[in-house]
This record gives sequence, C-alpha cells and structure tokens, in this order.
Amino acid sequence: MPEATRRIVIEPLTRVEGHGKVSILLDDNNRVAQARLHIVEFRGFERFIQGRPFWELPVLVQRLCGICPVSHHLCAAKAIDGIIGVDQLTPTGEKMRRLMHYGQIFQSHALHFFHLASPDLLFGFDAPVEKRNVIGVIAEHPDLAVQGVMMRKFGQEIIKATAGKKVHGTGAIPGGINKNLSIAERDELLAEVDQMMEWSLKAVEIARQYTLTNLATVSEFGAFDSNHLSLVRADGAMDLYDGKLRAIAADGSQIIDQVAPLDYLDEIAEEVRSWSYMKFPFLKKLGPETGWFRVGPLARVNACDFIDTPKAEAARREFFEVTDGVPSNLTMAYHWSRMIELLHSVEVIGDLLHDGDLQGDDLVAPPGERRGEYVAMLEAPRGTLTHHYRVDENDQVTMANLIVSTTCNNEAMNRAVAKIAEDEISGAPEITEGLLNNIEVGVRAYDPCLSCATHALGQMPLEVKLIDAEGNTVDRRTRP
Amino acid sequence: MAKAKVATTSLCGCFGCHMSLLDIDERILELIELVDFDRSPINDFKEIQGPVDIGLIEGGCANEENVKVLQEFRRHCKVLISVGDCAINGGIPAMRNMVPLAECYEEAFLKGPTVVNPSGKVPDDEEIPLLLDKVYPAHEVVKMDYHLPGCPPSADTLWAALTALLTGKPVDLPYELVKYD
Repeated sequence: MPEATRRIVIEPLTRVEGHGKVSILLDDNNRVAQARLHIVEFRGFERFIQGRPFWELPVLVQRLCGICPVSHHLCAAKAIDGIIGVDQLTPTGEKMRRLMHYGQIFQSHALHFFHLASPDLLFGFDAPVEKRNVIGVIAEHPDLAVQGVMMRKFGQEIIKATAGKKVHGTGAIPGGINKNLSIAERDELLAEVDQMMEWSLKAVEIARQYTLTNLATVSEFGAFDSNHLSLVRADGAMDLYDGKLRAIAADGSQIIDQVAPLDYLDEIAEEVRSWSYMKFPFLKKLGPETGWFRVGPLARVNACDFIDTPKAEAARREFFEVTDGVPSNLTMAYHWSRMIELLHSVEVIGDLLHDGDLQGDDLVAPPGERRGEYVAMLEAPRGTLTHHYRVDENDQVTMANLIVSTTCNNEAMNRAVAKIAEDEISGAPEITEGLLNNIEVGVRAYDPCLSCATHALGQMPLEVKLIDAEGNTVDRRTRP
Repeated sequence: MAKAKVATTSLCGCFGCHMSLLDIDERILELIELVDFDRSPINDFKEIQGPVDIGLIEGGCANEENVKVLQEFRRHCKVLISVGDCAINGGIPAMRNMVPLAECYEEAFLKGPTVVNPSGKVPDDEEIPLLLDKVYPAHEVVKMDYHLPGCPPSADTLWAALTALLTGKPVDLPYELVKYD
C-alpha cells in the first residue's frame, strides 16, 4: 500500500445500479497516492446454480440484475438453444426475442441518461446534492424529465408484451419463445413509435451538444486510450442480439475479428486482484498489462463498420466527424454513443413491429443433436455479455462461467477513477462533496451494473491481521 | 402540510424492486407531490438525513454492510417495509445457503475457465465487507412492519401500498396485487 495519511471513501456509489465504493488515499498535501473502485458485494451464482436443471437458467440467472434482466434471460436462453441443438430459431421466435432485447436496450439507455446521469450534465458535477437527482430534473426541466419517464415506460411495455412482465419475465424458453405479439399489443406499441423517434433524435442532439459545448472538459475528463471489444454482424454492422467478436485498438486497428462465441476461451481471460470481487478481463493475445478493453455503447459505436438503420447511421457519422474518423477514447463520449444506440433501438423496434412474423404461431424450433456445453454472447446495454454452461446427461448444470458487461469495464472504470482523482482532486486545498462527485460522474458514464458484476461469492476471511504503520503484523486471529 | 419522507435501499437484491418502483411511470409526478426522498440510490444522499416516515428495503442481508444499512433504516424509519422476495425470504441469493462457502470461493476465483490467478489467492482486501454465513431475510435482522411479496412486486402493488400509507388508510391490497413468483 502506498504511503498515505488520509483515506476518503465514497460509499455507497449512487445513481448507479448495485453496490460499489471508491477509496482514495491521500498524503499530507492532499496529493492522491491511490484511487480504486471496489466491488463489495457477492452472491455466488456460478456455484449455486450447479445442479439446477438447465431449463431454469433464463428465469434464474436474470435475477443477477433487475435493470437488465432481459440480457441475462436471453443470453441464457441462447446458450440453452445450443445445448438442445437448435442453431436456428423460427422467424417468430427470433424476432420476438430481438424485439424484447431492443426494448430492453431502449429502456435501459433512457433510464441511464434521463434518470441517473442527466442531473450531472444539466446542473454541473458539483451542483448541490439536494438538487442533483431526477426529482431535481423534474422540478427544473419538467418536459425533459417526463420524456425520460415516458421513454423508459415504452421500453418496459415492449418487455411486458414480449416477456409477460416488465421485470423478470418468462418469454424465452429452450428453442424459442412462449408467446407471439397480438395485433392489439402491436398496435398499442406502434402508436407510440413516432413520438419515441422524435424524442430519441432530440436525446442524441442533447448529448451531441453537451459533448461539443464542453469539448475542452470532456476531452480530458477521465479520458485515456484503450482497446474496444464488441460483437459485430458478419458484414461488420452493429448487432446487439447476435454476432461475433471484434476487438480494435485505440487507433482503430483490428486485434481480433469474427471470433465465434464458442472460441472465447482462446481470446479472453480474467485476472483476479485482491481488492475487488470483480475480476479484470483482458485479451490473451496482448496479456493483462495492455490487453484490457472497454465495452458498451462507446466500444460498439467505435468497433462497428456501420449501423444498418438510417437515422442512427447518420448520427454515427456525425460522431466520427469530431474524431476525424478514428475511435473516440473519451469516457464522457459514452453518453453520446449511448444515445445513438437509443435511436438505433427505436428504429429497429419500428421495423420489427411492422413485420408480420411477430404474429406467427411457430414459436419453438424442434431440438437437434444434444450438446454438453455451449457458449452464448449478446450485447447487453452495458456491453458484451458471455454465458458459458456445461450440463450433464440428467440436464443438470455442472459448470457456469458468466462474464458480464460491467466486469469487462473494470479496468477502464478504475483508470477513469484514478485519472479524475489525479486531475481534479489531487492537491485540492479542500475536498468537497461536489469535488468527489466528479469521480462518480466518471464511473457513471460507464453505466455500471454492479449487481450484475457481483455474481461471484467469496467467504469470510479466515484470518484477520492487525498491521502496524511499518507493515509489521502485530496480532493475528484465526476463525475456528 | 409537510411532505412525508421516504427512503429506499437495495441490500442483497438486484435493483429489480427499485425498477418496479420506477414503473409507476408518470405517477412519479403525483408521488413527489406527496413525498420527499431521503437516502435512496436515485439520489446522492449517502446516509439518512433525518426522521423518515416510510423506508423501503429491497434485498436480504448477505454481508455486514447490509446489516449496518438495515439497522440505520430501522433507527430512522417509522414504517419499514420488506419489498420483494429477497427481503422477505432471502430470494435467489439465499440459494447459496445450501453450498459450502469454500466451494463458491474456488469456483469464482480459482477454478473458472477464464480465471488467471497466479497467486492462488482470493480477494481479501480490508475494503471488502465481511460476508455473513448465510443470506438472512430482513425481518430476521430487525423488526419489519409490512411485507410486499413479488419478484418484484408490481408497480401497482407498490403504488397501492404507498398511497394507502401516505393517506392514512389501511394497507388492504386486493388479491391480484399480492403475488409470489
């Protein structure tokens, strides 16, 4: 541990999902010696789902996260499709799941931008704590706040229409889906699409204007070069439900491309560090020192060759005009890229709702040749999500490995925390609450889902040491 | 008349119950006419600021920090409500109560197919709170006044319970709002 005389803790992190904290160690002159993001919660999904029948997985593992349950629901379902030998869903099954997924992306991105992040962007990072929340936004910008509420509601209504329930639904089953979309459900959603499109365009414009107006700040604030990882379609297009892995370097050069999810073990590993229950993923080709990467909206907009819906593609091109066509490596550019995806989602939703396959009645594909192991991936709101399962001949799970989106951003979030602490806090004569919120603004840009990321379970340390200032152990207790 | 104070927290939960509270959608405009929010994940109050009329607890207790927060809520809240299956009976996280802890440790930090851990050690920093031996429902740690079941309870369930309490009426939920799933 570095030499330090003061420790500041931001706990709990707020306006993020899940449990995290930041610790900052300072010397006598308030210079930052170390700043870290710790994930302090654990639950143990990988172990305690062993022995459960595999068909429970979509409804079981979605309880990792209440903000993006659809991501885990669908990723587990895709893995199970593979296990029962279904490589191609029926058109109705595939499109219902896609509609559910893009509804989820839409509601999650709206929630993050309007409910969680907008107070920082509208009022300033050091605005009074009483005002710096969504209730404050309702008071000062009621139209904008109500738009956010109604956009999130639209996404949730899509989830309800496809999964049966707004949080923790049951739509996806092995090989398909358990309902189609009725004409009445379709028409209710279609009636909202134009309004949602208009508001999404406006949201992109707000995020773009924010970035351009504050370009001097956001060019530095928590900014650093990184690799970027995302699934892309075979033709290089953005695809959030399915695709193969592409990783690019900070300058845009490709590191890997079109790697199938089944081959992920060749490319990705995770390092364990003593001070967080969240592991640190990296590309094996580059190793832990330089192989870490960003995921999520920024990485996806950077990694794809194009977006196959016209309005979002136009927005993507505007985004790249600012960087002269190379990837953006700014933490605060997550907001703009997230809103581009929000727009893309409503375009996809509009197209899907006009597709008659959603009213089809061939919901489940027949099983093919059984496999004992499968790996599925999708792009969750926060980034690339991996579910890897092995099952035995009794249909019981024997191994589960889950690499969630937020875990992939662990190193990047820690770098953002360290850089903002160094740039904004180090040496400040007085460290105010508003100054500390700067750190959280940096973490929030990644929209971390810390519940998702804490499925690992530790145990109470069996040994407790008392260490003096010189680092000598002066006392030691061991639990019987 | 002064507005009632409401505080909320998620202990060992998934934030799904908080999402369900946000699913009251535009009724949030009515809600903020009736209440001010004290500590909650949707604002930046890190501790409870003063006396609270209604506290909403999502999740059970899995670590010492959860217990501390739940006790803080009990001290300051006149009415404390277990919201959702995890607060009421531990929920899915309580499935770990059936498994020896050492095995969970090994699975996550030593045995997983993507794990790289040359030291062979598991995370043990003092910044990380101690885990409890089991996941406990909220009412086994402090007295709880109401229980709203569901995974999560629907927005209508939360709305009916909150508006009844805030207007001094009995919390008498119709059958279709009380669901266990």
